[in-house]
Amino acid sequence: MSYPFSAFATGLVFGIGLLVSGMANPEKVLGFLDLAGPWDPSLAFVMVGAILVGLVAFTIARRRVTSFLGQPIRLPTATQVDRKLVVGALLFGVGWGLAGFCPGPALVALGAGKAEAAIFVVAMVVGMAFHDLFQGRIAKAVSPAAGQDMR
Amino acid sequence: MITVDWTAFTPFSAAVGGVLIGLAAGAFILLNGRVAGISGILGGLLKPGRGDIAWRGAFLAGMIGAPALWIIFSALPDIEVSASTPVLVAAGLLVGYGTRLGSGCTSGHGVCGLSRLSPRSLVATLLFMGAGFATVYVARHVLGGM
Repeated sequence: MSYPFSAFATGLVFGIGLLVSGMANPEKVLGFLDLAGPWDPSLAFVMVGAILVGLVAFTIARRRVTSFLGQPIRLPTATQVDRKLVVGALLFGVGWGLAGFCPGPALVALGAGKAEAAIFVVAMVVGMAFHDLFQGRIAKAVSPAAGQDMR
Repeated sequence: MITVDWTAFTPFSAAVGGVLIGLAAGAFILLNGRVAGISGILGGLLKPGRGDIAWRGAFLAGMIGAPALWIIFSALPDIEVSASTPVLVAAGLLVGYGTRLGSGCTSGHGVCGLSRLSPRSLVATLLFMGAGFATVYVARHVLGGM
């Protein structure tokens, strides 16, 4: 069992949070990312609000082995700052700055019926699939056992 | 010199939305035992493990369904997209590829990673924020809008 109901409810609250915060609006996101224009600092408050609550939850989670629904708690184990992390984060940041969409807000905007969000989401999934294909091949070429730890 | 756009500044709704996002991410790790990283949840559907499809699909359905719940109570807030189709495609490809390569996005590294005090996520967050600032600077102030 993977408790799809709590996953659905969580996704719903997450999406509502993105709508309330303004994160689901690419123009608002770009207003935050535009330090040289008239700057809208609002999204910093989104991060602070989310992390303050998140700190409590993840502190509890780190002390537990199973969740309140009896699921294993799976926290990322990677600690290394490697080239993949650096290059991946930079590429993501460029894409984020180009359109103002990151993955969560794009899905919410898709749900709101935005055609632009549909275009972005399709391209995003293609980008993900391209990575999995390409990266898997590199990993196999380098070492047959590598590439197994990808989430 | 930074000039704040006070007319667009919405600290209260931003903080309330942030708290909801934090509650969702917190509930997800404490109930389902999973990190609420949207790129990871979506990307994991491309080659799902056993018993993986239901919770991933349900979470994403919740996110996509959020506007439908919202409009029962109120008019949807503005969702303005200024990017052209070629820019949207390029941005989507970069976001998809980059989040898989870097193991996360704004939610996975920015919210969940920072909440669990991961140095790796802090580095990722600083890098993608920096790249975002730089990209918008180049697009709006060097190339003069796209």
